[in-house]
Amino acid sequence: MGIPGINTPPIFIIADNILSPLGKTTIQNLEALKQGLSGVKQHDYLLYCNEPVAAALFKMEEFNNIGENYTQFENLLISSIGDAIAGNKAVVADEKTLLIISTTKGNISLLETEEHTAELNDRVALHTSAQIVARHFGFKNQPIVVSNACISGVLAILTGMRLIRSGAYEHAVIAGADVISEFVLSGFQSFHALSDTICKPFDKARNGLNLGEGAATVILSAHQQTDTDVRVVSGAVSNDANHISGPSRTGEELGFAIKKTLSDAGLTAGDIDYISAHGTATPYNDEMEANAINYAGLQHVPANSLKGYYGHTLGAAGLIESVIAIHAIKEGVIFPSLGYRENGVSRPINICTELLSKPVKAALKTASGFGGCNAAILFSK
Amino acid sequence: MAAEKYITASCHIGHNRAYQNNNLVFEGDATGIDDFLLSVYQHFRLSYPKFYKMDNLSKLGWLAAEILLKDNFDQEQHQPKYTGTVLMNANSSLDMDLKYARSMRDVPSPSLFVYTLPNIVAGEICIRHHFKGENAFFVQPKFDAAFLKQQVDYLLDTNTLQTCICGWVDMLGEEYQAALFLVEKVKRDNAKEFLVENIIMKQVRHDK
Repeated sequence: MGIPGINTPPIFIIADNILSPLGKTTIQNLEALKQGLSGVKQHDYLLYCNEPVAAALFKMEEFNNIGENYTQFENLLISSIGDAIAGNKAVVADEKTLLIISTTKGNISLLETEEHTAELNDRVALHTSAQIVARHFGFKNQPIVVSNACISGVLAILTGMRLIRSGAYEHAVIAGADVISEFVLSGFQSFHALSDTICKPFDKARNGLNLGEGAATVILSAHQQTDTDVRVVSGAVSNDANHISGPSRTGEELGFAIKKTLSDAGLTAGDIDYISAHGTATPYNDEMEANAINYAGLQHVPANSLKGYYGHTLGAAGLIESVIAIHAIKEGVIFPSLGYRENGVSRPINICTELLSKPVKAALKTASGFGGCNAAILFSK
Repeated sequence: MAAEKYITASCHIGHNRAYQNNNLVFEGDATGIDDFLLSVYQHFRLSYPKFYKMDNLSKLGWLAAEILLKDNFDQEQHQPKYTGTVLMNANSSLDMDLKYARSMRDVPSPSLFVYTLPNIVAGEICIRHHFKGENAFFVQPKFDAAFLKQQVDYLLDTNTLQTCICGWVDMLGEEYQAALFLVEKVKRDNAKEFLVENIIMKQVRHDK
């Protein structure tokens, strides 16, 4: 049962969406993954980049025609939320519903195209976008923005879960998005962190990450809607307190966030059926994560990284990957980790190399990011 | 179960001034933000070489945490896993974003890029004080004491944290403001109850 008051009452995921270069709905995305398709493509002629880049990017025509007052970033959020709430319009109008936005860089691309003025500072502010999105749908409460590097998506779900559990709200609509522009691309390039092919998480030949664009939404509720609703049960965050751009050498900090997530759920390592890892395919991240997974005794649990399908979608990553984990539970399917052939980390880890069909009762999602942050969250039937 | 929680220390920085527990502990005459941040560092005779490579948002938050915890915090009494941060601001990392955007067409620098995330200031505070517990960074239009309390309450009431450094750290150009609070379950001298009406961002002005 875990600690009373932490994992009760249950919180349900009543709807979700993934909007990515692989599809505009969760169903389209699941179909693409079943076919082994990747959204990551070689781009030889990006306007702002003079070397080939492998990334999962939207084409201009893939943005919905919502209105020219919305930026690409807001367009993605609105499109993703719009699909997720299609069957849940009453939730939006409810006084007990909170909108939570997850992003790292939001409208940062405006700095590349617009003249710098005080008005631009306001337009780029993340809370401005959150308010624009909230107003578009008519959410009653002031929205919250979580911006905590690459754990933002997982932390946003966790924040929603906690606010519902504390009784402050009954529903939370949690949406994340990021757009890849010169700003983000040049920054990751400066770190020599980018791979020129589809990335290879946990593999011996991994040589960096792919960036990706995307958005995703989950709707949490204190009220179950259908028998198949998956629950978000527990989660935890930790900090390495070691280095702002390099992960922990031991993985203990992510490890204890995982252990706390399990113990709060009243579960042990043997109860976990699937791990959706962060798996960026950078040498240090994957090594640290393998250490953490071993620290928590989960090295035998089937695991994958979805970065080979989506690239690293930054503020959307934790949400996109959580939606896939939620559907792993619903459908009993675990996707192969694209790009993985031979173990390239120093501790054993059970990376899926083919599509697994098996019952999944409990799925763990992990994430780590700059600033030394780590997060884990648990979904279950 | 709601635990008893107290604000056992505070730090406010703005308009060339720094306050510890509402007492003025530094007043400078710097004309620019870079000089001001350095003058605070020098005034308190701090010695931390990493300070010089931080961006201004991190310097501000790091200095506020130094003043907050100075004389108020015994590291031995706080377990790293149970000590964390909940921070918010309005401008995210825009101060550094603008600097990075100006530089990126020449030679993009990883040492600038890494500071284009608001939670790096939390990372710097955690490295300095060896805090390994929960972190969260929120971007809101205004200081929101009720939301801050909601977040910190959950973490302390569920024993996820025993100690939390929480508050506001905002930086954009020459405009800056920090308000940090040390929240503990132990009542100390001059502690205030952790209530919304006690989580006040001091309005630091030039009035004499």
